[in-house]
Amino acid sequence: MKKIHAPFTKEEISGLKAGDEVILSGRIYTARDQAHKKLCEAVKRGNRLPFDIRGQVIYYCGPTAAAKGRAIGSCGPTTSSRMDKFTPELLKAGLAGMIGKGRRSAEVISAIKKHKAVYFLAFAGCGALISEYVKAKKTVAYKELGPEAIYELQVKDLPLIVGIDAKGGSLYDKG
Amino acid sequence: MIKIIKAEKIEKTVEELCIKANLSLRKDVLSALKKAYAKEANKKAKAILCAIIKNACVAAKNEIAICQDTGLPAVFVGLGEGLNVKGSLAGAINKGIESGYRKAQLRNSVIRDPLLRGASYYTPAVIHTEIVKGRSLSLTVLPKGFGCENKTQLKMFNPTAALEEIKSFIISAVKDAGPDACPPYVVGVGIGGSADYACLLAKKALLKDINKPNRKKHLAALEREIGLRINKLNIGPMGLGGGATALGVKIEAYPTHIAGLPVAVNISCHALRSASKSI
Repeated sequence: MKKIHAPFTKEEISGLKAGDEVILSGRIYTARDQAHKKLCEAVKRGNRLPFDIRGQVIYYCGPTAAAKGRAIGSCGPTTSSRMDKFTPELLKAGLAGMIGKGRRSAEVISAIKKHKAVYFLAFAGCGALISEYVKAKKTVAYKELGPEAIYELQVKDLPLIVGIDAKGGSLYDKG
Repeated sequence: MIKIIKAEKIEKTVEELCIKANLSLRKDVLSALKKAYAKEANKKAKAILCAIIKNACVAAKNEIAICQDTGLPAVFVGLGEGLNVKGSLAGAINKGIESGYRKAQLRNSVIRDPLLRGASYYTPAVIHTEIVKGRSLSLTVLPKGFGCENKTQLKMFNPTAALEEIKSFIISAVKDAGPDACPPYVVGVGIGGSADYACLLAKKALLKDINKPNRKKHLAALEREIGLRINKLNIGPMGLGGGATALGVKIEAYPTHIAGLPVAVNISCHALRSASKSI
């Protein structure tokens, strides 16, 4: 099992292949539909993003609130394809990795290849289990979006599967 | 004699059902997952099924939601003819949802205007009320996530359609959902009624015990055959291959018009959550 640390450089993930099982530690950012829309609007206007996106990992997740004594509530991945129309723009801005569930569009796959990024799959529908790997959470931006706000998460040994690698190899295309 | 039931009692019951449904996985679903795990030959699929079962345990032990998508809550009400509610039934249901969701730290995923979007809330729930015989009130809370709700399909068949066309439509709906909506799925099918009613039937089918075959023989055979064919699609847990693509296929049928044959498919993710109580 490969260990990786986020944020990462493109070289650090260049050896990953679709289907590889990895464990991820470090810092990741949650963002889903509305946050993606806002991030892309900011990029298009040339505004500063609420966090430096270069080398970062975005997790498609809208968690439930944390219970007492826990860092986060249930926090599984949401359907990645809803973010497809925004993803190429963010990859161009320097995003290096994404975590979600399910397929991506042809445009996203080619943008991943072009920018040498990576797309991971998290255990889908296992929000309670995934919460065990999250050690800290803080709000970064768009607080008004509630569960759709951008949160910075510190994760330790989060198990993931490489869905699309930097060469554009996709786990779902293998049939 | 008309029986009177207080709105407060309904509110308390709904609150309790929200918490139960979201934190403890339905027994029939858990046992179907365990069966699928025992049967699964694909190594990766087996490991994912193991994580899914573990997830249910972690949720129950720590009293956290099984899935962060705690749904657009659907509430099914069976209102006895010999029963009157003192106070507002819909008001009590929504208050119960709000307090249950708050207490158990469930997600506020409901936006008030579908086009303007904006802030998210816990309510309103989607309430389906049916008038039934008797003097009791049955309540079911189904907090269904939207990853799988987005995969719903409806087709208005001709009344002379071949059975194979219907089977293919149901199987292709599962193919379309593919890896995206958290397989292994429970496939709810509504056959008959009108367009709107077939969709409701498909959702209601998800409330049935998934390990019990349909009481109608021809529907039981259909459920079994479609289930076997779906499990040959090799979608598998997380869509990474394997024999477990559907934990079950459940059909609800209803009389329909001579000119039509509506069929709706409502797919549920493996985290099929619901809780019921009669008061």
